[in-house]
Amino acid sequence: MYPRAFEYHRASSLKEASALLAQLGEGAKLLAGGQSLLPLMKLRFANPAHLVDLNFIAGTSYIREEAGTIRFGSLTRHAEIERSSVAAKIPILHDCAAGIADVQVRNRGTIGGSLAEADPSGDWATVLGTLEVQVRCLGPDGEHTVSMSDFVKDAYTTALGHDDLVSEVSVKIPPAHSGGAYLAFKRAAPVYPTASAAVQLTLDGDICKDVAIAMGCVGLTAIRATEGEAALRSKPLDAKAIAAAADAARSVAEPQTDMRGSAEYKRELAGALVKRAIEIAMRRARGEHVEVSHLYA
Amino acid sequence: MPDPARKIPITVKVNGQPYERETEPRQLLAEFIRESLELTGTHIGCDTTYCGACTVLLNGQAVKSCTMFAVQADGAEITTVEGLEKNGELHPIQKAFADCYGLQCGYCTPGFMMSALQLLSHDSDPSEEQIKKAIAGNTCRCTGYQNIFKAITTAAERMRGSANGD
Repeated sequence: MYPRAFEYHRASSLKEASALLAQLGEGAKLLAGGQSLLPLMKLRFANPAHLVDLNFIAGTSYIREEAGTIRFGSLTRHAEIERSSVAAKIPILHDCAAGIADVQVRNRGTIGGSLAEADPSGDWATVLGTLEVQVRCLGPDGEHTVSMSDFVKDAYTTALGHDDLVSEVSVKIPPAHSGGAYLAFKRAAPVYPTASAAVQLTLDGDICKDVAIAMGCVGLTAIRATEGEAALRSKPLDAKAIAAAADAARSVAEPQTDMRGSAEYKRELAGALVKRAIEIAMRRARGEHVEVSHLYA
Repeated sequence: MPDPARKIPITVKVNGQPYERETEPRQLLAEFIRESLELTGTHIGCDTTYCGACTVLLNGQAVKSCTMFAVQADGAEITTVEGLEKNGELHPIQKAFADCYGLQCGYCTPGFMMSALQLLSHDSDPSEEQIKKAIAGNTCRCTGYQNIFKAITTAAERMRGSANGD
């Protein structure tokens, strides 16, 4: 299948890419990993007149730990994050990177591209929503930083203006006695999850000092389960509190019936994933090493 | 106004051999390999980034060549299924697929073998889980995967054996 013809531009810097977007206008799109954009172009759902390729820009793929944060260059591939011992310091990041689609897609897809696309079923926005994350954006007027909580506005809609692009994602390393887990349920490796849950928490002894719960694929954006968080915060993490948190999360999911399942099914699934993710996050916060992989039907 | 169909010259090295060709920006890498280079071992299955039949190695990494433009491969080293055989000798992965009946119709096989190649190039003794994960992006509608799994396990054993000088 051939996409509609377009003019190809190879940017040599992120600044040049932004300038090209400004110069070429609304018909211009950025090409990062292309693992969502190309399928859309082949189906002719996306028909950009110009593509600005970011893949030849040096120095845009990196994972660096600095002053208590881990910084990811926007073109860092999921597979690079999956293999990174630095990224593994925040286990929920490894869960996410290692579970996206399949090996081939992870070798191409990028963290910046995934965030900028803001697909309601994308994995990164759900996971990063449970951490302290700053998204560095570059536009014609220079760089500015947007907090992750302000970055995704709606389905396929972010804080980025047309001429803006993501240059870096920085994630604050959680304090001691923290743990997180990301679980996604998929019908097969290459497809988007049916539902997913991300939980990041910090313990003070047996008490849950702080917690963030987010669900993916069950709304137009990732959904924060604030009442579910309240059911855990300042309480011991016993079975009753965990069940209450999962119930509260389930009730704020806004799933839609589609080929992946009915709305009722997805709601139940999201609640079950939240419960399991809390349990794994808790074990990790206590120092246990727990392997997680996305679940297949 | 520049012409979007204007062809762009690119240089690639495929299976060790350099090629200089022109490509229209919208030409997919899979189509480029098959039509411009006439290497038809790389198959196009679903053409939707699902099935993995078009898997090739791009600078050593498995990619779905239906989900990249050829122009993006400019300067890259590509390995296709044709690059497995050396001096008339089948690669251990190819031999193992034949010996273990790791194929029936064979359409998906080049993609599976390239995914297996990326795995075994980085890990000579993969676990069962690692093999399953490595081929999760490849779909086979005939075999039920069990013999493909056996083939990759067998190839790994044989490649370790030959690396030890046995």
